[in-house]
Amino acid sequence: METLPEDFIGRIIFIIGKYGTTLLNGAGTTLAIALVGTFIGCLIGFIVGIIQTIPINKSDNIIKKVFLKIVKLILNIYVEVFRGTPMMVQAMFIFYGSAIVFNIHMDMWVAAYLIVSINTGAYMAETVRGGILSISEGQTEGAKAIGMNHIQTMIYVIIPQALRNIMPQIGSNLIINIKDTCVLSCIGVVELFFVTKTVSGAYYTVFESYTITMVIYLCMTVFFSKILRIIENKLNGAKDYSLSTTDTLAYTSRMLKYPKKEEKEWETK
Amino acid sequence: MGDKIIEIKHLTKHFGEHEVLKDINFSVKKGDVTSIIGSSGSGKSTLLRCINLLEIPSGGEILYKNQNVLEMKNIPEYRSKVGMVFQSFNLFDNMNVLQNCMIGLTKVLKEDKEQAKKEALHYLEKVGMSPYINAKPKQLSGGQKQRVAIARELAMKPDVLLFDEPTSALDPQMVGEVLNVIKTLAKEGFTMIIVTHEMAFARDVSNYVVYMNDGIICEEGTPDKILKNPEKEETKNFLERFINI
Repeated sequence: METLPEDFIGRIIFIIGKYGTTLLNGAGTTLAIALVGTFIGCLIGFIVGIIQTIPINKSDNIIKKVFLKIVKLILNIYVEVFRGTPMMVQAMFIFYGSAIVFNIHMDMWVAAYLIVSINTGAYMAETVRGGILSISEGQTEGAKAIGMNHIQTMIYVIIPQALRNIMPQIGSNLIINIKDTCVLSCIGVVELFFVTKTVSGAYYTVFESYTITMVIYLCMTVFFSKILRIIENKLNGAKDYSLSTTDTLAYTSRMLKYPKKEEKEWETK
Repeated sequence: MGDKIIEIKHLTKHFGEHEVLKDINFSVKKGDVTSIIGSSGSGKSTLLRCINLLEIPSGGEILYKNQNVLEMKNIPEYRSKVGMVFQSFNLFDNMNVLQNCMIGLTKVLKEDKEQAKKEALHYLEKVGMSPYINAKPKQLSGGQKQRVAIARELAMKPDVLLFDEPTSALDPQMVGEVLNVIKTLAKEGFTMIIVTHEMAFARDVSNYVVYMNDGIICEEGTPDKILKNPEKEETKNFLERFINI
C-alpha cells in the first residue's frame, strides 16, 4: 500500500489521483438518476396536475362525475403518501418490499429511477396544479370564446404559460434530486455518496474525501441552477418591441395634431 | 328585416341568492348592432356572458338560429360562431400576435397553416395591427391588444360578435382607435352586441339600444328614442350623468 502524504492538500491530490475516475463515475450516476428522475417526475406531475384541475360541472353525467372523483381521490392519495414519507424509506419499502411480497426482483437501476421519478412526480403534481391555477381565468375564457375545448385550452394556452411559471420550481426539484439521490445508496446504488464512503474507507481519509465530494455536488448544483436561469430568461423574451413602420391607426383619435415623422422617433426607437 | 340570429326568452341568472338577470327577452337580427347600456352591476356583462355560455343561465332559453343553445351537445362549436371581445383583452400571453389570430383557425376550424396565416394577416391588416405580427401581447399597448383581440375573433368568421366593455380599460386615445375599428365593422354589416359606457359611440354605431337596470331590460328602442327622448324615469336619471351625447 502506498503511503499517504502528511498534509491535507497533498492527501486531496493523492485521492483525486487514485480515485478521481471512480468519484466522477459516481457523480455521473448521480446526475443520470437526478436528470432522468426529474424529467419523468415532471411528466408524471403534469399528468396528475392536469387531471386534478379538470373541472367537474353540475351538468356532467353521473358516470363521468363518479369516475373523475375516484381518479382524483387515488391521485390525491399518491401525492400525500409520496410527499409525506422520506425517500429513503420509500426506497427500502419498494425495493425490498416488492422482492419479498410480490417476488419481483427489481433491477437496482430500475428501482432507483422509479423511486426518484414517482417521488418527484408527487411534488411536481402540486406544483403543476399551482401553476395552472396561477394563470388568470381570462386566458381560459379567451380560449373558450374562440371555440376551444378543455383539452385544447390546456395544451395550447394554459400549460405553456404554467410551464414558464413553474420553471423555478422544476429547477429546485432538479437540485434537490441531485442531492437526494444519495439516499439511494441504502439499496446499493453506486452513486457519488456510495463511492465516497468506499473511497474514504480505503485510507481512512474521511474529511478529505468528503471535501472533494462536497465540491463535486456544489459544482453540479450551481451549474444546473445557472443553466435553468438562462432557460428562464430565454422563455421570458424581450420586454419591448421595436418597429420600423408606424402604426397609423394609433393616431386617429382625439389627437390635436398628427405627429411629424421626426417626432415619431420615440415610438419606433 | 333579416332573420333572427340570437333570440333570448325569459332568461334568468342567479349567483346563489343574488338574482342578476330577471326575465330578459330580446332578439338580434342579422346586421343589427345592439348596444347594451346601464350602470355597473345592472347585469349587462352577465347577459353577454350568458349568450356565449361563459355563464350557464339559471333559466329561460337562448336561441341561436332557432336552436336552443342550452341543449346543444357541442358548446365549443357554438362558441366559435359567437365571438367575444373582453374588457381585459384576454390575448394568449404565450403567443405572438399572429399566432393569437391563427390558433383558432388551425385548431378549432382545422384549416391548414398557410390558409390560416393568410386569413389572420387579412384581419390583422383590417385592424391596423399587421406591422406587429411578431410582437407578444405584453409588448403592446392596451388599444393595440384590443385590436388584436378583435382580429382574433373576426378571423373565426363568427355570425355574431359580442363586445364586453371593449374600451373600459383604455385611455381616451386608445378608446378612439378601438371604437374606430368597431365602427368600420358596423358599416360592413357585422352583427354585433356591444356592452358599453360610451354613449356617443352607442348613438353613432348602433341601430338598437337596450337600457338595463337591476337585472331587467328597462327600456329599449332606436338610439334616438333611448338616448335623446327616454320615457322612463330611470333611463333619464342614468343618461343625465352623461353630458354632450
